[in-house]
Amino acid sequence: MSPLGLYNYWVVIFLMMTGFYVVIARGNLIKKIIGLNIFQTSVFLLYLTMGKVRGGTVPIFAEIRADIYTHPLPSVLILTAIVVGIATTAVALALIVRIREAYGTIEEDDLDAINREE
Amino acid sequence: MLLLTLLAATAVTIARMRSLLAAVMLTGIYSFLGAGWMLLLDAPDVAFTEAAVGAGVSTVLMLATLALTGSDMKPRGHSPWLPLAAVLVTGAALVYGTMDMPAFGDPNAPIQLYPSPSYVDKTEAEIGVPNVITAVLGSYRGYDTLGETTVIFTAGIAVLLLLRGRHRRVRGDDTPSDGETPR
Repeated sequence: MSPLGLYNYWVVIFLMMTGFYVVIARGNLIKKIIGLNIFQTSVFLLYLTMGKVRGGTVPIFAEIRADIYTHPLPSVLILTAIVVGIATTAVALALIVRIREAYGTIEEDDLDAINREE
Repeated sequence: MLLLTLLAATAVTIARMRSLLAAVMLTGIYSFLGAGWMLLLDAPDVAFTEAAVGAGVSTVLMLATLALTGSDMKPRGHSPWLPLAAVLVTGAALVYGTMDMPAFGDPNAPIQLYPSPSYVDKTEAEIGVPNVITAVLGSYRGYDTLGETTVIFTAGIAVLLLLRGRHRRVRGDDTPSDGETPR
């Protein structure tokens, strides 16, 4: 097995870690959500990478039948995950709007300082 | 290969970016590149959804939030080395984990052997729609999809409850996000 066979996984891990870094290193709450989205997309790509088969094609039947089809299950799971992801993002953004209203800031450090004063 | 490099470069640029507005726009580009890769991985349905939801709806939601909260971002006080170290260690552990993964496109990978007979073989006789993904989504895993709609319903209610009464508290500040009546 050639090491290039794992190249896709490594790109996925790189994207995943970039998102992870944004989530833990940046103080702005919106930036954290953006990082979470990067992380999320990398998970989608990981699933789809596993489903792809060499020489396979899209699992949709046409006039001419192909011999090999890519596995349909990852696509189905990820379709569900994308929609659930946008729902959670919407709730997170609504929470951020309320935090901004209540505290006047969406920087984590400032929020910490305000909480310590109280 | 070029697409993957572009994807990685976009992600790093988003991570380094100070302007939130530019970061949000780049997230849209990132989603589109991701959708392109999904198309190459034989998942056109997912690519459509990602382009519409990831690059479209998500960007609009982020921009609406930025309009309400402002797009300035303060640099953080402490050094970035601790999170960077945590990320590198996690990444190394994950790369070590991929050593046991089947190679990309391997027809004998575990995922390709189950379920047997596969959805592709069963769909035409049992469901009768040409798109196997639709058949699995709507029929074989129909409860998943029902659960998904429940999640969206719950999220919609949560957003409405969270944003309700903004008009009462913040005078003269009109919400562009949803069309609810002021109370």
